[in-house]
Amino acid sequence: MDRRDFLKTVGAVGVGIAAADASASTAVHAPPDALGVLVDTTACIGCRKCEWACNQVNKLPVQPLEEFENKAVFAGMRRPDAGNFTVVNQWPRQEHEGNVWAMVLCLHCNDPACASACLVSALEKQPNGAVKYDPWRCMGCRYCMVACPFQIPAYQYADALSPEVRKCTFCIERISAGERPGCVEICPVECLIYGKREELLTLAHERIGAYPGRYVDHVYGEHEVGGTSWLYIAGQPFPSLGFPELGEQSPARITENIQHGIFRRFIAPVALYATLAQVMWLGSRKDEVAAAAEREDHHE
Amino acid sequence: MSSHLHAAPIRVPFFSRGTWVLVALMAVGFCFAVVRFTKGIGSVTNLDDQWPWGIWIAIDIACGVALAAGGFTTAALAHIFHREKFEPIVRPALITAMLGYTVVVIGLLADLGRYYNVWHPMMPSMWSGHSVLFEVGICVMFYLTVLYIEFLPMVTERFRGCVALPGALRPLNGFVEGLLRLFDRTLGRIMSVFIIAGVVLSCMHQSSLGALMVIAPYKMHPLWWTQVLPLLFLLSAFCVGPCMVIFESILASRAFGRRPEMEVLGPLSKILPVLLFFFISTKAMDLAVRGQLYRLADGSWQSVVFLVEMGVGFVLPFLMFFSSRVRRSPRLLFTAASLVIGGVVMNRIDVFLVAFRPVYAEKHYFPAVGELAITTGLIAFLIFAYRFVVLNFPVMHVEGAASRQGKEAHHA
Repeated sequence: MDRRDFLKTVGAVGVGIAAADASASTAVHAPPDALGVLVDTTACIGCRKCEWACNQVNKLPVQPLEEFENKAVFAGMRRPDAGNFTVVNQWPRQEHEGNVWAMVLCLHCNDPACASACLVSALEKQPNGAVKYDPWRCMGCRYCMVACPFQIPAYQYADALSPEVRKCTFCIERISAGERPGCVEICPVECLIYGKREELLTLAHERIGAYPGRYVDHVYGEHEVGGTSWLYIAGQPFPSLGFPELGEQSPARITENIQHGIFRRFIAPVALYATLAQVMWLGSRKDEVAAAAEREDHHE
Repeated sequence: MSSHLHAAPIRVPFFSRGTWVLVALMAVGFCFAVVRFTKGIGSVTNLDDQWPWGIWIAIDIACGVALAAGGFTTAALAHIFHREKFEPIVRPALITAMLGYTVVVIGLLADLGRYYNVWHPMMPSMWSGHSVLFEVGICVMFYLTVLYIEFLPMVTERFRGCVALPGALRPLNGFVEGLLRLFDRTLGRIMSVFIIAGVVLSCMHQSSLGALMVIAPYKMHPLWWTQVLPLLFLLSAFCVGPCMVIFESILASRAFGRRPEMEVLGPLSKILPVLLFFFISTKAMDLAVRGQLYRLADGSWQSVVFLVEMGVGFVLPFLMFFSSRVRRSPRLLFTAASLVIGGVVMNRIDVFLVAFRPVYAEKHYFPAVGELAITTGLIAFLIFAYRFVVLNFPVMHVEGAASRQGKEAHHA
């Protein structure tokens, strides 16, 4: 191969790689009219009706309402799983007698790590705030489960044919039709308040300001991992209610900054390719010169 | 490019006692695979909602990709940097990479819940440039293609001029012969494009494999979680590439009753102190910059694992490779190379499993019998396939050529 052919082929490959740059998209950030739910844990009575309503709406293994009146489940901490998108946990109340309750479910992050991790965009943040899962795209790699800082997505490990990643859907069909999510609808004590996230944040701070003795000054989900659609207020620090302590940056920003830094317009890979091609070509020319010199030596 | 090389299929009987052991391990793995594909991932693994990834990711994929690094490191040395004395080890390393990545893909299919959707990342409608795993997937796919293209010259060398298909396929003989001749004429001219592409693609996904776990800062032990994980994975891949070549070459020479190619492996091991130095110093600087050095002395079991990984897997062989006695002795060289391989395997398992701390951990993860059996079966299949290829294709260089090249190396 002579030099011109070589450079031509190298150039063609470079252009091809640069064209693939179109795949580098920007991440979804907190949509302006994102909806959310404010969970006022100080109002929750631990009735577990939200669990029952969730199972009804999402066609999860349906059990009679009486099953959910069983308070024995509060003995241990439960986690959502493939058959239960939300669970209520009971925690000892600090500085007072009695207990407090907190429901656990997908918080629908503004900048979800699960969606950033997904290689086929099976998980995507919707303009209405929901982080939606599309089983038809999913490959079942479970990287979303590794990425989620709240350990929420669950998997149907027993399904051999079409296992799904399972988590709270934010009742996306209901909220798209103008209805309230199932759990919000049934809550008998208005512990769950549904509305625009921005307005819920204002409401949360108003409540904290109005009743400083009732609440700790922290809206969980306002800043955690870039903010979440679901927000919590509580009468005691959140770690005592089983919430993880998280920073303000979404893990998605860390990896995407690295990823986009290295692959920005494919400059780095193309530059590496060009450099290696140059080294290879210079070396082969040196070899040719040496071989030619050797041939001449033989002639003499 | 292969003008210096005289390679030929190795003439030994295919079935030995070792081959039958491999067949047995493959059979056991296959039985568990049948269960996995009929009863689901949960039936053969200890994976759950806390532990979504187990040894199928940490060993089959992460270690598989790392240990196949011999392919691109030797290709870069011999063909791009024109260290022609390394020519005899390029083909065996290429075969290891080709079969290694093939096994990685098979292992991936076992781990994917919806394995039949494995082609989805190729669809433009589903492209997810933000996903690290997308980049890994696409690079591995392209690199596997490149590896098979680089393997083609061995196919044409073996069958050109002697295509004799059996029975009903006989009418195709002329066509296949023509195809091989076409490959033979064209491949040499464009192979450089693929060789460089292979090196670039390898650098890209070897590093991205490290970036995978960066997305879980709250779930990783701080000794291993760092934003420079991609760089550390790339540097350790550079280290383990030549070590795998040394390891395999000495092992193969024993298995096939040949003389160890010390005149190639000795000079190859000279670059290892440099590569290991880069890895060890980057790792140490990273710990220092992040202010995590104190954790090495906190007595936790993770700190012990970390010290063993770094001390036995990297620092000890780093010191060994300095000694010319080690570089001249097949036994010591094999030991040092094995230590690095062990270090890299341990590092990958540490990053993907040991460092992983579920937010609500109720139990530790340990692989189930089914996971171990399928992983072992895949490794057995890899060795089995390697034996098949080197016995049937011109992969290993011929003895006479080695001594001649050894002399050339001495002159240079």
